[in-house]
Amino acid sequence: MSCLAGKSRTCFTRNVSAPELPLSAPLNVGFDYTRSVGPVLGRFVNALRERRVEGVRGSDGRVHVPPLEYDPVTAEALSEFVPVASEGVIVSWSWIAEPVDGQPLSRPFAWALIRLDGADSSILHAVDAGSPASVHTGQRVRIRWADETVGHIRDIAYFVPVDGPDTEATEAPPPVAKREEGAPVSVVITPIHLRYEHSASPEESRYLRGLAEGKLIGQRCPSCEKVYIPPRGACPTDGIPTTDEVELPDTGIVTTFCIVNVPFLGQKIKPPYVAAYILLDGADIAFLHLVLGCDAADVRMGMRVRAAWKPRDEWWTSLENIGHFEPTGEPDAPYESFAHHL
Amino acid sequence: MPDVAVVGFAQAPNVRSTPGTTNGVEMLVPIFAEVFERTGLSKEDIGFWCSGSSDYLAGRAFSFIAAVDAIGAFPPIHESHVEMDAAWALYEAWLKIRMGEVDTALVYGFGKSSAGQLRRVLALQMDPYVVAPLWPDSVSVAGIQARLGLESGLWSEKDLAEVAARSRADAAGNPAAQLSGTVEVAELLDAPYFADPLRAHDIAPITDGAAVLVLASAERAADLVDSPAVITGIEHRVDSPALGVRDLTKSPSTAAAGRALDLDGVEVAELHAPFTHQELILRDALGLGDQVRINPSGGVLTGNPMFSAGLARIGEAANRILDGSARKTLAHATSGPVLQQNLVATLEVLS
Ligand SMILES: [Zn+2]
Repeated sequence: MSCLAGKSRTCFTRNVSAPELPLSAPLNVGFDYTRSVGPVLGRFVNALRERRVEGVRGSDGRVHVPPLEYDPVTAEALSEFVPVASEGVIVSWSWIAEPVDGQPLSRPFAWALIRLDGADSSILHAVDAGSPASVHTGQRVRIRWADETVGHIRDIAYFVPVDGPDTEATEAPPPVAKREEGAPVSVVITPIHLRYEHSASPEESRYLRGLAEGKLIGQRCPSCEKVYIPPRGACPTDGIPTTDEVELPDTGIVTTFCIVNVPFLGQKIKPPYVAAYILLDGADIAFLHLVLGCDAADVRMGMRVRAAWKPRDEWWTSLENIGHFEPTGEPDAPYESFAHHL
Repeated sequence: MPDVAVVGFAQAPNVRSTPGTTNGVEMLVPIFAEVFERTGLSKEDIGFWCSGSSDYLAGRAFSFIAAVDAIGAFPPIHESHVEMDAAWALYEAWLKIRMGEVDTALVYGFGKSSAGQLRRVLALQMDPYVVAPLWPDSVSVAGIQARLGLESGLWSEKDLAEVAARSRADAAGNPAAQLSGTVEVAELLDAPYFADPLRAHDIAPITDGAAVLVLASAERAADLVDSPAVITGIEHRVDSPALGVRDLTKSPSTAAAGRALDLDGVEVAELHAPFTHQELILRDALGLGDQVRINPSGGVLTGNPMFSAGLARIGEAANRILDGSARKTLAHATSGPVLQQNLVATLEVLS
């Protein structure tokens, strides 16, 4: 894939025939899933905070734990609460030899449907039993409460055999929403953390690898001949991958822009500043970047700009290698020349 | 109201992982070309586009938007999306044609299951108050369901292994399948448990993939292919999301969907059963006897591309009509945990 010095122009007109693997990187997503509980689930989680379990009676007389807001048969709203025991019987179970992140136990355990005494339906939860040989359907188990209860399903840390000792909790309960001292819990918060391996497309990967060498690589649709930067997995007009590589200059025009006046968390530049769509010379699609180096009030549609690259030792596979664009001082492009790119 | 027929189906290879993006473009572009080739249609001929996929699978918000590039969505198109298996996107497209709004539609589904940890990601399909915060993985929950049937004598571990062995043998004829070949039941039963009582062969493999299916009004369909597969019935039903309320050894929603259809004379059934025991639950719910050929494609136990596997069942059932090897077939798709939501369709030769 390398090319000899002095021949780099011809190198960039080639078709990519032996593509390198696309770039990929870990992508970690996290947020606190925040939900209001309402009267039925609210009553349930507030009871858990006091280490009690309450079910709700369905229209057919069955007691459901966890409580259901609406009857599973008639869809009637349910409101008759029934206290149930904090011990019961395993209805069915499976064994998890290698627990995954976030589960109630980080050592091997059983997932089980457990029918608490006084209930007719069952609750899904974890049973800390040591090995699959020490779990069986019909086994009596009891709640191992979390050391600190907050009004959340995870106030039930897990279950243990009725006659067994409390075992050491391996997970702290998740946070609950702020509440007035002594007031009931009305919101539950569950932290969600997911891990992915994110891959760029082959076309995006060529572009990102080009940036690491200070090159702006677009690709041309073989059908409509439009040049996209960043290149796309498929031309949005023709639905076929862009394939022919085009090295673009780092000059272009501002097609449209906005002046950012509002400060926000994590902002890196002091407002006012300009975020603009930059259409590189030879490209058919604009991308978003910053225009600095002049007064925000002087930025115009059609203004000619050039990339201000960061020092070479800061380059990586990112458009951040260009710190911003700044005016070249050349005459503006006429509106008609970019009107169809808006 | 016009009848609706399947006129083309294609799927990407069912693979353990692709190096591509989570937006599916690389998997979709070739299979769109394949169905256009087969039907003689071009993207300008498609009246409505609908897809099924999942942001949680991709780890990105609005992840289906990028996939639209694969369509060639300029000039603007008439497009929609479901955050479910694409079989439900097909249902939306079926309605559009039935209502006379369009006479062709293209339905697609895609998913890169390998980008995250699938069985953990799927925990987020569960009740967000009292179940999902425990992160019950999809395999363990299916294990609970399997044990209920094992301990009540509805099925044995050998019955389950037989489903797996038959599926892999059938998949030998399916070039898209991820697993195929001859395996001995006794050999499968010698393997250790993955999630007691489930062994690896009881669990559909983690699969990246995509599928596309073209629908047309029956009138239009007759001009496009020799023997369109007319959707003579399509129904979907839902069971309670509360796992502990349901009898997990049964699928009342599948049974209800099946009762609303005429299943007499079904020769082939493609069932969306990601676990061996779920095939037995579905056969029972639909009353499918021994005369019905189950999953000649190998089914999802030999390749389970999330969010397109249900659509692919409809495609496989349609293919039997399109290639003239059957006159009436059944397709089933599921979405959600342990067969919570179920769609059943019948397909027949255009009369
Ligand atoms: Zn194009």
